[in-house]
Amino acid sequence: MTLAPAITNIEELKAHPALARLLEWNPAVPQSVKFDRDELTIWVQKETIREVCAILRDSPDCPFNYLADLTCVDWYPSEPRFEVVYHLLSIPTKERVRLKARLDGSSPVIESVTSVWPSANFYEREVFDLFGVRFTGHPNLQRIMMPDDWEGHPLRKDYPVEGYR
Amino acid sequence: MVLNMGPQHPSTHGVLRLVLEIDGETIVRMKPEIGYLHTGIEKTCEAKFYQQVVPLTDRIDYLCPMTNNLAYCLAVEKLLGLEIPPKAQWMRVLMNELTRINSHLVWLGTHAMDLGAMTVFLYCFREREDVLRFFEMVSGQRMMTSYFRIGGLALEPPLGFFEKVKKFADRFPGNVDEYENLLTGNPIFMMRTKGVAHLSAEDAIAMGACGPTLRGSGIDIDLRRDAPYSGYENFNFKVPVRTEGDVFARYLCRVAELRESIGMVQQALAGMPEGPVKADAPKVVLPDREKMKTQMEALIYHFKIITEGFAVPAGEVYQAIESPRGEMGYYVVSDGTAKPYRVHMRGPSYANLQTLSKMCEGQLIADVVAAIGSIDVVLGDIDR
Repeated sequence: MTLAPAITNIEELKAHPALARLLEWNPAVPQSVKFDRDELTIWVQKETIREVCAILRDSPDCPFNYLADLTCVDWYPSEPRFEVVYHLLSIPTKERVRLKARLDGSSPVIESVTSVWPSANFYEREVFDLFGVRFTGHPNLQRIMMPDDWEGHPLRKDYPVEGYR
Repeated sequence: MVLNMGPQHPSTHGVLRLVLEIDGETIVRMKPEIGYLHTGIEKTCEAKFYQQVVPLTDRIDYLCPMTNNLAYCLAVEKLLGLEIPPKAQWMRVLMNELTRINSHLVWLGTHAMDLGAMTVFLYCFREREDVLRFFEMVSGQRMMTSYFRIGGLALEPPLGFFEKVKKFADRFPGNVDEYENLLTGNPIFMMRTKGVAHLSAEDAIAMGACGPTLRGSGIDIDLRRDAPYSGYENFNFKVPVRTEGDVFARYLCRVAELRESIGMVQQALAGMPEGPVKADAPKVVLPDREKMKTQMEALIYHFKIITEGFAVPAGEVYQAIESPRGEMGYYVVSDGTAKPYRVHMRGPSYANLQTLSKMCEGQLIADVVAAIGSIDVVLGDIDR
């Protein structure tokens, strides 16, 4: 059971196509990076997320043209509370990258990426439903799993596992 | 006019509700409504030890329980940095390919029945029964198997198991010929499927289609080949791809996958290595019953794993594998304790369901049934 230590130095990871493309576009965008267990994570500012996704999708050498997954993690009670997680896959080169954006607990709002990938529609609705994160510019931001009149967001950490009784 | 299809409709394969806006027989707009089976499995996972999550994963995509088990176990093993012995890996491949056959047989039977071919259903379930017996042999369960454990398998396969699988594998290609005889050249079936519910390659990627739905639209991707896991790099197989992008193309892809899967079962049987089926990691893997009753140390480990679980180093992993329906991804976040901080399942049916509106708009109501069958949705996988 040996795990290689995580690499967090941006200089050492420059070779990865996703990071290289982002640095070429705007060196200030990747806030921090982590290469752990063969997976690359890039933290980006929440304001830039849609542009970052569009840039990576249209990257000429390694287009990350497929949104594999979009979800959220609640780090309650620490702030910034929410992390929205995007898993991108490049179908031509089979490379993967994980993008993350941090959101405050008081008003979790982030721009929708449905204009980049229409497939984000259901995923963002799910995150909205279960975490209460709002996506601006989403065509149909409604609850998807829970009933429309449900109160609270079940996957938040301050929501009890057995529900409110 | 607005027409409600489902949630209780025989051809929506579960409790899927489709709100159809129609103009005569033509669909103007379609809106899938889901959530009827939502059980909060992701929330439940956060309250369980890592090893207690394995039985929950069976219940997500109930047609391919072993694929779910494998995705979750691989994710946690990656978090732990655990090496799995070769025999366990090969057994996992063998069971996964049998699971794929099981799942595709259910799909083929029900899809054909939706389109009016009753006989195929009976033939498919005849063979599926054999596969379920294999599951019962190794795990004691026909459907909710929970056969894989973090660190290997629950048990050694029983005596006589490999011989029985071999017999099945030898005759199964003949059975696939039988199904194809009934469907592939059948004029009624072709009229119901050819050119129906077309999905272009660009739309398939943009809408997030995966698995045979994506390959039926001409995108050549299969995670078993492109990102091998659990020893898939040792197997020879072809990835069937069709460019037509209609229901018939997806049908041909899946039927070809049946043949490839049985080929992989044959290879797994022929090359099955000897050795243990559990990793050498006493803090994670439960000891054998015999050892637990005779050795003090094993008893202590057993007690600790059952009562406190095992701590997993902090980190996160997204493990994607090729399920019968496409990319099944498990995103597991650990905060260093014995319970997962967050488990998220990226279900292939959830992704494929989004393509349904694109496929059906402008088509006839009767073709919706063919389209639903062709993307092979499992509602347990969608709602979780």
